[in-house]
Amino acid sequence: MQARLSATDLACRKGERLLFAKLGLDLGPGDMLQLRGPNGVGKTSLLRILAGLARPFTGAVERAGEVGLIDGRHALDTDRTLEDALGFWARLDGNADLDGPLETMGIAALADIPTGYLSTGQRQRAVIARLLLRPRPIWLLDEAFAGLDTASQAQLAGLVRKHCDDGGICVFVSHQDVSLPAPILDLAEYAA
Amino acid sequence: MKAFAILLRRDLAILLPGGARGSAFLPLIFFLLVAVLFPFAVGPEPGLLGRTGGGLLWVAALLASILPLDRLVAADVEAGVFDQLALRGISEEVAMTARLLAHWLSFAPLMLIATLPAAALLTLTGSTFWRLFVSLLAGTPGLAAIGVMTAALLASLRGGTALAGLLLAPLAAPLVIFGAGHLVRDDISGALFAAAFSLVLCAIAPFAAAAAIRAARD
Repeated sequence: MQARLSATDLACRKGERLLFAKLGLDLGPGDMLQLRGPNGVGKTSLLRILAGLARPFTGAVERAGEVGLIDGRHALDTDRTLEDALGFWARLDGNADLDGPLETMGIAALADIPTGYLSTGQRQRAVIARLLLRPRPIWLLDEAFAGLDTASQAQLAGLVRKHCDDGGICVFVSHQDVSLPAPILDLAEYAA
Repeated sequence: MKAFAILLRRDLAILLPGGARGSAFLPLIFFLLVAVLFPFAVGPEPGLLGRTGGGLLWVAALLASILPLDRLVAADVEAGVFDQLALRGISEEVAMTARLLAHWLSFAPLMLIATLPAAALLTLTGSTFWRLFVSLLAGTPGLAAIGVMTAALLASLRGGTALAGLLLAPLAAPLVIFGAGHLVRDDISGALFAAAFSLVLCAIAPFAAAAAIRAARD
């Protein structure tokens, strides 16, 4: 199945305020897209709409392929060990191999430490490891680069590049310079 | 079905005594504390204790079931667990069914065992003890169901826990009426009514809780 993510005439309303309107995009295999814009312009809201977690005020989103989302929340049990917390998601992802992603992200040595004790960057790497548990054609990354050290940022950029080379789609929000050849969509241009 | 088993396993690992969130013994301790303190408060007159003790333990069980509600659903809403589950095609209904079962298992069996020492402290007769045991067995699933609904409803509210008791108590009133009513009647109708009420609540709870979580999403 070919990965596809398209949206037409999207508008998003938060409370009484219209954040953006008349936004459209069409992404196919290998496409990446960087979302830009000042705080509060609706980047996170757009990603949640693209993921199908929020309903747009107008417009429609079409997806072909499973969505992998990294947002600001880690969704890990802070009082269980990293292995147990990620193991839960690995089992849900069809008994996926957990050791590989842990090695990739360089956190295999932290496996028996409660996730609550991990630093922000280490926890973020655990969240990225969860994304890698199973191939997901559509990656939506909301500030996934935040909190990572330079080496890990470069590594995540490499993962994104490989993901898109393999025919995946990646939409990401980042305020850092991430050295990815991604077209930029400035949400401020669609602000209502 | 497989996803349900995985979810239940996680919920049990978190909620059961010795589990990660570690508040499983709170309801038990509260329940026993009431049984210990009540005789001190009303004096050691055996007739009075025996007559009122059963009903008192029912109220204690209800109040004790409020204690674990604090983080029952809120922690997962904050951490975005339900969003990640939704992306994997697992509905909130399934997650809440597992949570309901795990929640009941985390406090009810221990409390049922504790009715024995509690009954001894309140000098309940043997037959009253058994009636209490049966009616609590019939009623606690209902208490757990109301608890899950309340916790889901208040999950996105700051300081919602304080409201939990106010919200739960009126809903649980029929359970107490029928459950405690079983203590003084000769037939089994009270316990059966409590069980029926529990069944209805358990059937509604996963859907109501799931709707509450989805409504809080945006």
